[in-house]
Amino acid sequence: MSILVDTNTRLCTSGITGREGTFHTLRNRDYGTQVVGGVTPGKGGQDVDGVPVFNTFHEAVDKQGANTAMIFVPPRFAADSILEAEDAGIELIIAITEGIPAHDELRVYNIIKKNGRSRLIGPNCPGILSPGKASVGIIPASFFREGNVGVVSRSGTLTYQMGNELALSGFGNSSIVGIGGDPVPGTDFIDVLGLFQDDPETELIVMCGEIGGDAEERAADFIESSVTKPVVGYIAGFTAPPGKTMGHAGAIVSGSKGTAAAKAEALEARGVRVGRTPTEVAEIAMATLGSPA
Amino acid sequence: MDLLEYQGKQLFARHGVPVPSGKPARTVEDAVAAAEEIGYPCVVKAQVQIGGRGKAGGIKVAQNREEAEQYAGAILGMDIRGLTVYEVWIEAASEIASEYYASVVFDRSAKAPLVMLSTKGGMDIEAVADEDPDAIARLHVDPLLGFQDFHGRRLAFEAGVDDDVVRPVGAMLARLYAAFVAEEATLVEVNPMIVTPQREVKALDAKVTLDDNALFRHPDNAELRDESAEDPQERMAKERGLTYVKLDGNIGILANGAGLSMSTLDVVAEAGGAPANFLDAGGGSKAEAITSAVEVILSDPKVRAVLFNIFGGITRCDEVAKGLIEAFAQVKPTVPFVVRLDGTNGEEGRAMLAQANLPNVYTESTMDGAAAKVVELAAQETQA
Repeated sequence: MSILVDTNTRLCTSGITGREGTFHTLRNRDYGTQVVGGVTPGKGGQDVDGVPVFNTFHEAVDKQGANTAMIFVPPRFAADSILEAEDAGIELIIAITEGIPAHDELRVYNIIKKNGRSRLIGPNCPGILSPGKASVGIIPASFFREGNVGVVSRSGTLTYQMGNELALSGFGNSSIVGIGGDPVPGTDFIDVLGLFQDDPETELIVMCGEIGGDAEERAADFIESSVTKPVVGYIAGFTAPPGKTMGHAGAIVSGSKGTAAAKAEALEARGVRVGRTPTEVAEIAMATLGSPA
Repeated sequence: MDLLEYQGKQLFARHGVPVPSGKPARTVEDAVAAAEEIGYPCVVKAQVQIGGRGKAGGIKVAQNREEAEQYAGAILGMDIRGLTVYEVWIEAASEIASEYYASVVFDRSAKAPLVMLSTKGGMDIEAVADEDPDAIARLHVDPLLGFQDFHGRRLAFEAGVDDDVVRPVGAMLARLYAAFVAEEATLVEVNPMIVTPQREVKALDAKVTLDDNALFRHPDNAELRDESAEDPQERMAKERGLTYVKLDGNIGILANGAGLSMSTLDVVAEAGGAPANFLDAGGGSKAEAITSAVEVILSDPKVRAVLFNIFGGITRCDEVAKGLIEAFAQVKPTVPFVVRLDGTNGEEGRAMLAQANLPNVYTESTMDGAAAKVVELAAQETQA
């Protein structure tokens, strides 16, 4: 098993005719993901290397049974595209786009939550990879293989680094979920931790957090109350000065709030072991699970 | 983007929030002219984006022309906690019967705007929150519903404002909320919000943070950015489209992706080093971006050694190697570089570097190894 994306995924990309949209959609197809279409308003009827292009998400759902959307359009169009996918009844929407205005994210989050029929991953995320089954997004899939470690992270490249450390130690992954580095992620650590807890293939969960907000602190409470599988934590940004945005819009220490030290302490206080470096995370994973099969 | 007080007040005025009348000035001459026009007493206020202006002597009440001239002369050019004052705001002095606090905050945890009101205005609100949390009335507003009159009444009654100003305070909160939404702010704060003896409610200060990602919809606000207040290296990086944050150590850092960049700083600090900067070269960096980034890093004179930590996903290590080789040809660095290239096309990248045989460049295969090496080299350079 795995979570969120697998062999039942039927992917439709918004912005498929753009340079990045084309490149990554075809890479996802090469990996084995079922890519059933793309959306670019005004280019319906064309195709991108055999992938049919539609004018609307509604058409992609009607004609191809799309159940997963990947959003690759520029920030100013992204909120509208996410809401269109939601309106068309798509269950899982993965927004890669970076730089979406915060108030757009707030509106989108609250509409999706109110309607309760779709899950949004991201924005500003690398996507989801379930090794051996499907890849939706920009994660370099070749570094990962099937296994029993679930990874959830606010960062892209840090996830690759972490996955690589785990792979060097012989571990594979059930799924790798990038929830994104923006202030209002559609899906939080807690949601993904719950999914991994219920996934029989996942035996250990690695959670990569970073400075800003209190998602890690809330996740710590959730782990204590609802997660029985071992969780290994990592927090980036111990050296970040307050008041500075560290690359991700959401990665900012505000006054004394959202520091890496506070997050690590919150996790450790609830029995979650926190690695100080990516290498140490892999070492803790190995010590916890024993040598990988 | 943080606005200066007077920019915040001008933004408030556009949304019907009552503010004292005033004028900005960059010279003593202009400040005196503004004071003469506004009349006395008037307040001369330093315009810098930092708290504690009053304590530092950056806010003075002038009773006449001579005092206006004297205070403007003292405040312009003054250093307030490391920031130089380039501008003052001359404002009609207000009579104060009560000082309140009001704010609208983008609460990322609750995924909703949070409106706060307190009768304990004019002091550090974080201290009030710590010592007497019940003194602050708080209400989350459903962003799909928006701020309603009843929200304003609830907050005003709960905070315990004087009965006769419940309505004007509620109206003030509604306008602050409208400004927060319309201008796409992440923070709107008024401290103090005053009640005058004539029972008018006014914003005597303004702290506004705007969402950088939304500035494309607000070109007028985008022009308010005060570039003179920015660090020169940070400004140079921004002009080149790089995400750079200046720190105070001596090890220059380049990594790809925000998370890995932060992690690299931490691993260097863990190894006993002090990072000079955060620099995220971004996903899919091409050679020119790398060359440009090297120039920005080396423009900081404190840098004694540089660490490249790349784990290629979309970024290709051969492009990074190409950029580094070009940077060496153009910039001719005098400090040592430690380079760790892994991930997409890592082997090609490492082979290119080996062949180029750049002076004073060390390659390492792991992040921890690279951090240890750069810390050692920086220490040697500092001693030398």
